[in-house]
Amino acid sequence: MANAMHIVVCAGIVPDPLQTLEPVTGPAGPGLKNEMVLPAVLDPWAASALYEAANLTAKNPGSKVWLVSLGPKAKLQQVMMTVAQKAGFELVPIDGPIGGFPDAHSTAAVLADTIAAIPGLDRAKLLLFGGWESATRGAGVTLQLVGERLGIADQFQGVDEIGLRDDGSFEVLERVEGGKHQVSVCSGPPAVLGWATGNLAEPRNNPQIGMANMRTILPALQRAKPATLAANGLRYVSVSLPKQQRITRVEKNMTPDQIAAELVEWIGAE
Amino acid sequence: MESVLVLTHVDESGSALTRASLEAVTAGKELAARLSAPLTIGIVAADATVAASSVASAGARLLAASGEAFAQPRYATDATACEALCRAAQATVVLAPGSSRFTRVAAGVAHRLGGFIDTHITALGGVDTVEASRWFYRQRVEAVLIRDVRPWFLLLDAGTHAAFAGEAGSAQVEEIAVELPQLRTTVSGFRAPSQGTQTIRPDARLLFVAGAGWTKKQPDGQTHAAEAGELILGFLRASGASLGSSKSLVDQGGEGNSVLPFLTHLNQIGQTGATPRHAKGLATCCHGEEPHVVGWRFIAERRAVSLDPNCGWSRGKADVVYVADAFQVMARVNALLTARLT
Repeated sequence: MANAMHIVVCAGIVPDPLQTLEPVTGPAGPGLKNEMVLPAVLDPWAASALYEAANLTAKNPGSKVWLVSLGPKAKLQQVMMTVAQKAGFELVPIDGPIGGFPDAHSTAAVLADTIAAIPGLDRAKLLLFGGWESATRGAGVTLQLVGERLGIADQFQGVDEIGLRDDGSFEVLERVEGGKHQVSVCSGPPAVLGWATGNLAEPRNNPQIGMANMRTILPALQRAKPATLAANGLRYVSVSLPKQQRITRVEKNMTPDQIAAELVEWIGAE
Repeated sequence: MESVLVLTHVDESGSALTRASLEAVTAGKELAARLSAPLTIGIVAADATVAASSVASAGARLLAASGEAFAQPRYATDATACEALCRAAQATVVLAPGSSRFTRVAAGVAHRLGGFIDTHITALGGVDTVEASRWFYRQRVEAVLIRDVRPWFLLLDAGTHAAFAGEAGSAQVEEIAVELPQLRTTVSGFRAPSQGTQTIRPDARLLFVAGAGWTKKQPDGQTHAAEAGELILGFLRASGASLGSSKSLVDQGGEGNSVLPFLTHLNQIGQTGATPRHAKGLATCCHGEEPHVVGWRFIAERRAVSLDPNCGWSRGKADVVYVADAFQVMARVNALLTARLT
């Protein structure tokens, strides 16, 4: 139990990456067309954080994982049907808006207040996990802000690996420029770790874990507190799709030699 | 009235400002000039002397948070240093490079100052105001935003401004006292991927992306991962390109399949990977579907080699798609490039 940890994973839900996104502006500000009916998934980098958390708890008896997620209850329930089969956790849902356009500071405030109120959470054992960026806003600031609000001054972003030591300290590998990792050693929790992809493959669906999770997920969703997010002076001048369509030349009849010659000329051209 | 602070830091040499920092200086000068606002540059370094001299001609007030504690990036020390610089400067708009060092701390600093932050800024516009452009949904939706509250922190994406290149000179630097918190984290250095091959080159003109097709069965019914690896590394050596990969190819390593041993998640481009900036990009054995192509937003010229004439690249995502076997094409490309080098 020396390394028993309380891991809180902050994870939002995002539109399935294969969906076509079209921004629209309504009375409440910008959003996505048909946002509520777009298939959703757990944010990919936050999902990495969840899998890493589950892996750590499996190796360290006495540890526990909470998954804190802000989104419309109906969408959360839909996504949890799949996520619940991947890893064991206690869901702490917050019934709030979906999407990338609400202000990150407001989101962080709601998340921090929710985490602070989790019954039984020992702040001295707390590892706050999440994705280093989301696939919606992609700002990479929410987790830091939550950490600051919870008074955590050891933060790591772009994490690909954590190595626990017997004395309770841990080594962290963070992504830095040039395809390298910065190596740090922290004396122990509490700490914030914003995960990149990590090193774990996505766990296979485990119906037994799913059934165990769903026994607590559904009541938690029913109890989810509603949250509204303040704009904090944030206003959008414009929100639009980029003009990304290119006129593609498809070459079906060139020989490998011809293609190679053309590519080499193109590579060398300024 | 607005006032502008540009936060900067030094590179691994410990003395020179990073290129991204110099780009932020350019952005700060332009913004301050447009708003008729005073400009301050803050430097975080063990010793800020050389860094300060490189921006002496920027016409800015220079502040520094110096000391051995700032020799290495670390949340507790960098956040405290940046907080002290911001409090000394009393700026309403704070610009900083979107480097790993400052993205780690900038939001925390903004919170400590009662301010707000927006990141991945690609352009600053407006006439009498500050309008910031950035992308949402992994480079799929572009927005221009403003904030009515101050201080407003803006982290600038690398490559969006020219690097400041003024005459070096003697500089008057105000040292800002920083009261360090108790430190619980030690930084022991940097670690490159264990395979020992430098494949990620942010300054390269060309991005070469390998897709999962390189390790799939070829027309002879066999996989040729070793040959694929030699072709790819040979191309990187001959061209100086930076290597990217699709998620599916990188993931194969974690699933025990035939893999390219030099690929790591750091090479990953797209929805769950990087969005690098290169002048040109060449995709091989890759479908070019949307989750992958969102990582190509800032690649100006795009070409692809694929056996599938209906792949995503051919649907307006690339300039040229060659329908061909990438093994054959890249072998010939390597031969031509090697011949040019010798």
